[in-house]
Amino acid sequence: MKTTRLIIVAVGGQGNLLASRILGEASLLSEIPVRMSEIHGMAQRGGVVESAIVFGDAESTIISDGEADVLVGFEPSETLRALNKCNPDTTVITSLSPLPPFTVAIGKGVYPELGALQGLIRAKTKKLIAFDATALAKEAGNVLSVNMVLLGALLQTGILPLSAENVKESIKTRTGKFAESNIKAFELGFSAAKLS
Amino acid sequence: MHKLLIDNPGQKMLLLGNEAITRGAVEAGVAFATTYPGTPSSEISLNLFKISQESDLYFEYSTNEKVAFEVAAAAANSGVRSMSIMKHVGLNVAADALMTLAYVGVRGGFVVITADDPFMFSSQNEQDNRYYGKLSGLPVIEPSSVKEAKEMMAYAFDLSEELKEPVLFRTTTRINHSTATVELGSMKKRISKGSYTKDPFNCVTVPAVSRKLHVKLLKNMEKAETLSESSAYNFTSGKGENGIICNGVSYVYVSDALKDLNLENKVKVLRIGFSNPMPKNLIKNFLKDCKKALIVEEGEPYMEEAVKAYAQEAGLTLSIRGKGEDLFSRLYEFDPAMVRKCIAKYFGAVYTPPAVTDLSDVPELPQRPPNLCAGCSHRATFYAVKKAAEGMETIYPTDIGCYTLGFLPPLSMGDFLICMGSSVGTSCGFSKVTDKKVISFIGDSTFFHSGIPGLVNAVFNNHNFTLVILDNDITAMTGHQPNPGVDMGNFNLSGYGRVNIEDVVKAVGVSHVTVIKPYRIKKSIEAVKEALNFKGVSVIISKEMCTLYSKSLKKPMGKPFYISDKCKNHRVCVNELACPAFFIKDNRVTIDSVLCAGCAVCAQICPENAILPIRDKK
Repeated sequence: MKTTRLIIVAVGGQGNLLASRILGEASLLSEIPVRMSEIHGMAQRGGVVESAIVFGDAESTIISDGEADVLVGFEPSETLRALNKCNPDTTVITSLSPLPPFTVAIGKGVYPELGALQGLIRAKTKKLIAFDATALAKEAGNVLSVNMVLLGALLQTGILPLSAENVKESIKTRTGKFAESNIKAFELGFSAAKLS
Repeated sequence: MHKLLIDNPGQKMLLLGNEAITRGAVEAGVAFATTYPGTPSSEISLNLFKISQESDLYFEYSTNEKVAFEVAAAAANSGVRSMSIMKHVGLNVAADALMTLAYVGVRGGFVVITADDPFMFSSQNEQDNRYYGKLSGLPVIEPSSVKEAKEMMAYAFDLSEELKEPVLFRTTTRINHSTATVELGSMKKRISKGSYTKDPFNCVTVPAVSRKLHVKLLKNMEKAETLSESSAYNFTSGKGENGIICNGVSYVYVSDALKDLNLENKVKVLRIGFSNPMPKNLIKNFLKDCKKALIVEEGEPYMEEAVKAYAQEAGLTLSIRGKGEDLFSRLYEFDPAMVRKCIAKYFGAVYTPPAVTDLSDVPELPQRPPNLCAGCSHRATFYAVKKAAEGMETIYPTDIGCYTLGFLPPLSMGDFLICMGSSVGTSCGFSKVTDKKVISFIGDSTFFHSGIPGLVNAVFNNHNFTLVILDNDITAMTGHQPNPGVDMGNFNLSGYGRVNIEDVVKAVGVSHVTVIKPYRIKKSIEAVKEALNFKGVSVIISKEMCTLYSKSLKKPMGKPFYISDKCKNHRVCVNELACPAFFIKDNRVTIDSVLCAGCAVCAQICPENAILPIRDKK
């Protein structure tokens, strides 16, 4: 089976690990071979959290530079930072709601301008899907469902060997009382990706 | 029921490597487990802790790895299947016990998990613990995947009982923190009660006994080598006139690379999963009909050196390479593309690496280093100490925990760190040879782990420094594990003792001891000043529960704060505290009310008193 490599980058606390877990459970449900890798520990104290998810026949659980088929970024500057994982055939999905690191607040760095950021990603990859995922999460009734919005957008691209139905099924089993708003968030993300 | 206790052989489950290891141990009938938490091993213990609360499996968080190892060693010597879980550097702490338990051996299976951390995602070094196998004479088992990690646990316990020796089970971060589908197996019955038969002439390691035991250990190593030769975990796959010898995660990168490069019929692979003792004859036979061989292993050239020696013994002159400037590095972790590139290069395969995206026009992005959480009490303590020490020439030895992050600007509270507990020992030396004011930091769990002997030393040798014990009521960094100072009622558990840090500090003879509440900034600064002026060893205990832990216990939190119109943009708050709840909007400091924990520290340092709780907002 063809190998599809997905990288998800986020800021600690944005629900990256749950999103990865849901894709893993959905793969198990659809009998798609899946392997994932993530970084815990010190990296989680407000730092960047990166997950690698490999669907298909490869044995490796991590993804080398330039080898991601899809990159999903929950935070725009982190999406740009992870561009080293992409190649000209990579599809990139990013939220456009910035979470500037505290280094910006103390004057130790400048947050990139969002227009230029999108231009750069667009020029170096196959396709960029970009929208304000936080706004859609709020619309779904749960500001913490940014991860579900972006999962929706990811499934809309059809790049993963998974069906939106199976992913929604995993969201329902995994997220208990938040399932309803999470499904709504997923669907809003799915529609937003259609329009981009 | 805990998902890892589900008795349904054949069921497929998506498991984290550490969950798979836990399940493997449970299937092997482990009945006794001990640990000191450390990334990347921590989730094994978290799961065993939970499992112990609903089964007869005994689990404990011990004060440090040496104690954990000794506790489990006694259980294993009473015939109970036991394990001890630690990160790679934790085995350094347990090494004293390990080296001589190898002489004494065990009666029930004893598996020691050592979780190595190539690239140092959350560690202070990337030592390769396979060498502990060589040093101690104990077998080392290394899985290559999540699935294999589970299977190998049962093997490791059987092996330990067959050899009557502890077995080192070595993982790396990419095994511990990878996730894959695992098929559940059946569970061996746990036997949680043991008995100890006295045998002092084999178990009390005085010189005369140990001389005999060392002979026994060497015999056991010979037997272990025979088992390694025939182990199903040392296997050959593929065919070809060239060979690759590899271990651990490198094996999966090699498998993918050979497929990608169409080398599956040109290069055969020997995967080493039982790496001490190495299967000498298996390796010699593998090399015999190879034209060239490549050793693919993260970390040190552990196998490479052995393989080259075996080739010499067998009179083989083929090229054997591994580490080297043009091939693999001893640094950091491997990745699939790097392994693919080295294999292609060494065996002369045609390979076009993927087009590298030109990133030269991407502007420099602001760094996002890990940071102390919003409302973290460590930030408040660091600020108070910094203010109290203003004008003094200082050295700040620090220690291992979340508070290590205090070394980053703008707090910049951390000048020296080598290992757990080193803040106290190094303070003794710094204060003796320099004229600077030495102020060191250690967390509650680290203090219990290995800070106490240093403090006793300081009192006895009459050193002159101030130790700040950051007591946040939990072992925070590794995911909120208990330690001897914790109220176990917070875990809804009873039947535990509790050790009071203040009592310990006073009992070892520290005469100047102060307890502060770090959120009260002014009072804290005054108290710290007084401690700094004391000649001799002074201790400040800064007590405030970890804000993340407090949130998870649903304790009442302070109201979030906002910045009112009184703000004159001095930015003292942002520039001196760097709390992640601050952000700059339209050139004004703003507080993210979702992140703000209501600690009120910034409100106390604002020169205009412009930071107010949201309830007062008009």
